[in-house]
Amino acid sequence: MDAILAGTLLASTLRVATPLILCALAGVLAERSGVIDLGLEGKMLFAAFAAAAVGTVTGSTFVAMLAACGIAVLMSWLHGFATVTHRGDQVVSGMALNIITYGLTAVLAIAWFQQGGQTPPLGEDVRLRPLWPGAGETFGVIVGEGLLGHDGLVYTALALVGVVWFLLYRTRLGLRLRAVGENPNMVDAAGLSVRRLRYLALSMNGVLCGLAGAYLVLAQSAAFAPNMTAGRGYMALAAMIFGRWRPVPALAACLLFGFLDTIAVRLQGVKLPHIGEVPVQAIQALPYLFTVVLLAAFIGRNVAPQALGRPYVKEH
Amino acid sequence: MSAPTLPRWADVVVLPLVNLAVALLISGAVMALIGQNPLEVLTLMAKGAFGSMRGFSYTLYYTTTFIFTGLAVAVAAHGGLFNIGAEGQATLGGLGAGIFALWLARDLPGFVMLPLIILASAGFGALWALVPAYLQAYRGSHIVITTIMFNFLAYTLLVYLLVNVLKAPGSMAVESAPFEPSAALPNAQEAFAWFGIEWPSSPLNLSFLLALAAAGLVYAYLWRTRAGYRLRTVGASAGAAEYAGIPPAHQILIAMAISGALAGMVGVNEIAGVNRRLLLDFVAGAGFTGIAVAMMGRNHPAGILLASLLFGALFQGGAEVGFEMPQFSREMVVTLQGFVILLSGAMAYVLAPTLARVIHALPGIAKRRPA
Amino acid sequence: MNDHTPIPATSREPGPPLAVRMAGIRKTFGPVRANDDVTLDVASGTVHALVGENGAGKSTLMSQLYGLYVPDAGTIEVFGKPAHLRSTHDAIAMGLGMVHQHFMLVDTLTALENVMLGAEPHALLLRAERMVRPRLQSLMESTGLRVDLDARVGDLPVGDRQRLEILKVLFRGAKVLILDEPTAVLTPQETQHLFGVLATLRSQGTTVILITHKLDEVMRLADRVTVMRAGRIVHECGVKDTSPAQLAEAMVGRKVNIGRPATTGVAPGEVVLDAKGLQVVDAMGVTRLHGIDLALRAGQIVGVAGVSGNGQSELLEVLSGLRTPRAGTLRLAGETFAPTRWLTPRTARRLRLAHVPEDRHARAMVMDFAAWESGILGYEGLLVYSGGGFLRRRRMREDTRDMMERFDVRPRQPELASGRFSGGNQQKLVLARELGQAPHVLVVGQPTRGVDIGAIEFIHGQLRKLREAGCAILLVSSELDEILALSDRVLVMNAGRITGERPVEACTEAELGLLMAHTEVHPEKAEAPA
Repeated sequence: MDAILAGTLLASTLRVATPLILCALAGVLAERSGVIDLGLEGKMLFAAFAAAAVGTVTGSTFVAMLAACGIAVLMSWLHGFATVTHRGDQVVSGMALNIITYGLTAVLAIAWFQQGGQTPPLGEDVRLRPLWPGAGETFGVIVGEGLLGHDGLVYTALALVGVVWFLLYRTRLGLRLRAVGENPNMVDAAGLSVRRLRYLALSMNGVLCGLAGAYLVLAQSAAFAPNMTAGRGYMALAAMIFGRWRPVPALAACLLFGFLDTIAVRLQGVKLPHIGEVPVQAIQALPYLFTVVLLAAFIGRNVAPQALGRPYVKEH
Repeated sequence: MSAPTLPRWADVVVLPLVNLAVALLISGAVMALIGQNPLEVLTLMAKGAFGSMRGFSYTLYYTTTFIFTGLAVAVAAHGGLFNIGAEGQATLGGLGAGIFALWLARDLPGFVMLPLIILASAGFGALWALVPAYLQAYRGSHIVITTIMFNFLAYTLLVYLLVNVLKAPGSMAVESAPFEPSAALPNAQEAFAWFGIEWPSSPLNLSFLLALAAAGLVYAYLWRTRAGYRLRTVGASAGAAEYAGIPPAHQILIAMAISGALAGMVGVNEIAGVNRRLLLDFVAGAGFTGIAVAMMGRNHPAGILLASLLFGALFQGGAEVGFEMPQFSREMVVTLQGFVILLSGAMAYVLAPTLARVIHALPGIAKRRPA
Repeated sequence: MNDHTPIPATSREPGPPLAVRMAGIRKTFGPVRANDDVTLDVASGTVHALVGENGAGKSTLMSQLYGLYVPDAGTIEVFGKPAHLRSTHDAIAMGLGMVHQHFMLVDTLTALENVMLGAEPHALLLRAERMVRPRLQSLMESTGLRVDLDARVGDLPVGDRQRLEILKVLFRGAKVLILDEPTAVLTPQETQHLFGVLATLRSQGTTVILITHKLDEVMRLADRVTVMRAGRIVHECGVKDTSPAQLAEAMVGRKVNIGRPATTGVAPGEVVLDAKGLQVVDAMGVTRLHGIDLALRAGQIVGVAGVSGNGQSELLEVLSGLRTPRAGTLRLAGETFAPTRWLTPRTARRLRLAHVPEDRHARAMVMDFAAWESGILGYEGLLVYSGGGFLRRRRMREDTRDMMERFDVRPRQPELASGRFSGGNQQKLVLARELGQAPHVLVVGQPTRGVDIGAIEFIHGQLRKLREAGCAILLVSSELDEILALSDRVLVMNAGRITGERPVEACTEAELGLLMAHTEVHPEKAEAPA
């Protein structure tokens, strides 16, 4: 019975963590290049809507994912237009995008699908399926179902952690992205375009948010519902901060948050020895509490990118 | 430097209107996209918001909440802080009102109870805002991030207390028992009845007057007192504040405490005034609407009153349109609100220079600039 | 203004080939003419010094050579080829390299990564590093610029970072090296080393353009020197044909003669402010003040002369309570302050010390406030302005209108936003506010910067009147004229030290110039007169 519990906990943790991982990576890319991204939530939500709407109309998983990524990239560019091109406030722009999306997706869903904001459930053929459906029988509950029972996007997200890590720390582009988030003046003086680098980071950020949104619709639930992200974008932001703007620690934070979410549901009404009943809300609050405590402990240490949130203006 | 600056009247009056107009235009395009006639919708909205006493009364009810959150965002902004946490502070304010009402209302009469509830709402909101403020002032933790986290923490705390402690025994719904009458703020219908005036039934209650008073007090504090002068100095120029000997950390605490108290008073309106019991989701995004209100109102109480009325009318009008046109959802108003924030907040440097150029091209205006 | 005519560029036809020729360069920022018809020729394989005070336009000129700004007018040639420098990228491609005053380094990256950034030879970092490392090592070998390539730049000492900057520029194939105030952050030993490296580079054929305001450096290293003032070139010559005093005079730009009014019969009173051993270390760890001793007497103006950037700003900040020194004591109005409990701006005002800051925009006013709100900044706690915690707005407006009358601030509109007044009128309002409090001590920085001629006379008159009323005044100014016109005693500051002190009658222009340039004629210790 312990193996079954472990297997389901593992499976559920990975499922919950996947959109967090994708969004946290998106956040890492944008913020390491110096652009604050509070808009993860909005981008993921609009991507989810796009995936659901396009998936319903075309019946194609691929086109649905393409639409999701496309819309998220467009939103990233809008953020870039406001903040990189026109040096607007990055925090305000992100907030605005979230609010616009919250309203607009509901408006469009209600008008186009007439089910009170829901989209019709996607067919089985459109949704993502486990890559290895028979793994549970071959490898047992923990490995087979917990680890190998997922769809391709879960493994893509995990692989993308490595990809983003490699990109940031092992490639020329990554070096430049890290530099532009720390000292854009220097990047400019070195003959590189600050604007182009930031737009590039935002574009990759959009693709990742798009995948996260697509996952919500194509894997977690079969349809779009208004505000279905329910704060996941902010939790991904917290995970990114908790991981100190680095991909691998951010992955760890996402898994931790995913695990907390999973056991919060499981522990409802369960009495633990010595402790008694742990309120679900206490566990749900932990990710946010951790992040605040960590931020308070950051004092005096510059862990965030130096140029984060500051629009780049040539000085004279 | 290259673009001419806007004259003050244009900056204060024309620019917000232009921002609103563009946001309306975009929203109109969205309506057209989903096959609705924007003009028809706007007409229905106006009628819903102002066309009847009942509608107008609802409009003022929404306005009340937006005045509180708009003022909250504005006071923080004058201290140089972006308070995204009005949502959470309002949640705590409602919780404060609820706890005091459930705890004491059985034994205390209304004239003691109601001031107590107001103090509880403001106090809970202020305390909730003070934690991020302290972390910003003394630990350098970015207040935007901490207030976002505190929004979630506030909601989780409310859920926990409602489910485990405050829920009415035997009830299925996640809400407290109804308050004793002494903890209920009289609504407009009751209040007008004292003077023999007939007023339609609506959620509008006496906290509307409280909101007006708060706007007046915020104005007086910021522009008429020494303390407000210092707060504005810190927000407008950290260097000048240092020169004048005003420690910024204190002002951060003060600005956020006032901001949180104002947001907390949403609880007076929604919990003690309208629902008269503690429940979930009573803030419903008002903290974010407050951002749009403060930006449109240029962080001035007079502007905030007008912007609150505008958004109150939009929300009430939007709800009414929903009855007439089933395809229409009031989230359209949220979308509009988002565009207002985007245009007047994040894209402040996009429209303003264009407007400035247009105004300076008009004859007879350029010369009025002082040397 | 033009007492030294620029040497026409065409007058030097023969001679070594030119590395850089900038002709007729003009650049304006809003109303400010940063460069006005500047022509500069730099011979190949030489060290060419570009000197001038802060704001003289040296950095702007070099930023255009390095493609950071595009000139409004004028042409640039590099090694005889016309250069259209639209970006730093273009400049680097033409063989130009610049080491900025604020290091262009990313603290979180390693030294090697910093060198490569923007010039990585391979898309994969490890490969790129493998290709770059040997080249860098041989470059370090030949130039003597040694840096630990694998250290995080944030952990490197300042001298190493600068070597890294130079290395970075040379690595990109720069044949012309532009150095902006390279020694500002260096210790004497590091400076020595740097000059050795630069001499080596020159012998290897590299051209060096050295932006500086330290004249001894010019004399030690440069072949030729160009002096800029107020956006123009005012003097150019070979280093052998000039002296520090001549250069100092050209930099500071004395107009003809100094109108020195006879000191009035007020005898200097007792010491009202006495500072001892003030030492200030900035955030970068550089010592800005080296044990300054200073005494101010009632009814006396003490002028601090010196090329700007030699610790005068720090001195003002320490004395007005804006900055806590690392060491030193201060006696003011019977109270003694030490670094553990230093003067605060509020205490300073309570003890009747007024401060007119150098930086009007960042400190002296709140630009968004109406003039009548800025008109009481720092004094908002006075009972007359906020009895019972409420602002007495009518009184504030009246007093501001009064200040505007007395100091002829135009337009006389207390309701106008502070930022909308011209610089001179802002300054008059600030002076009116500070002087209006009848201070016992006034600490004032650059009282007439950006102020028109008529207003200068007026401001000087007000300061003299204040002295006559018995106020002790410390005047910091980059205008030597102003110092000599107002002061009773003159201090000269250089590199965070007081290098000389004279009663104004004993000041000669040549000697002050030498003290400012830190080529000491006779060693002298600055001591507060007993």
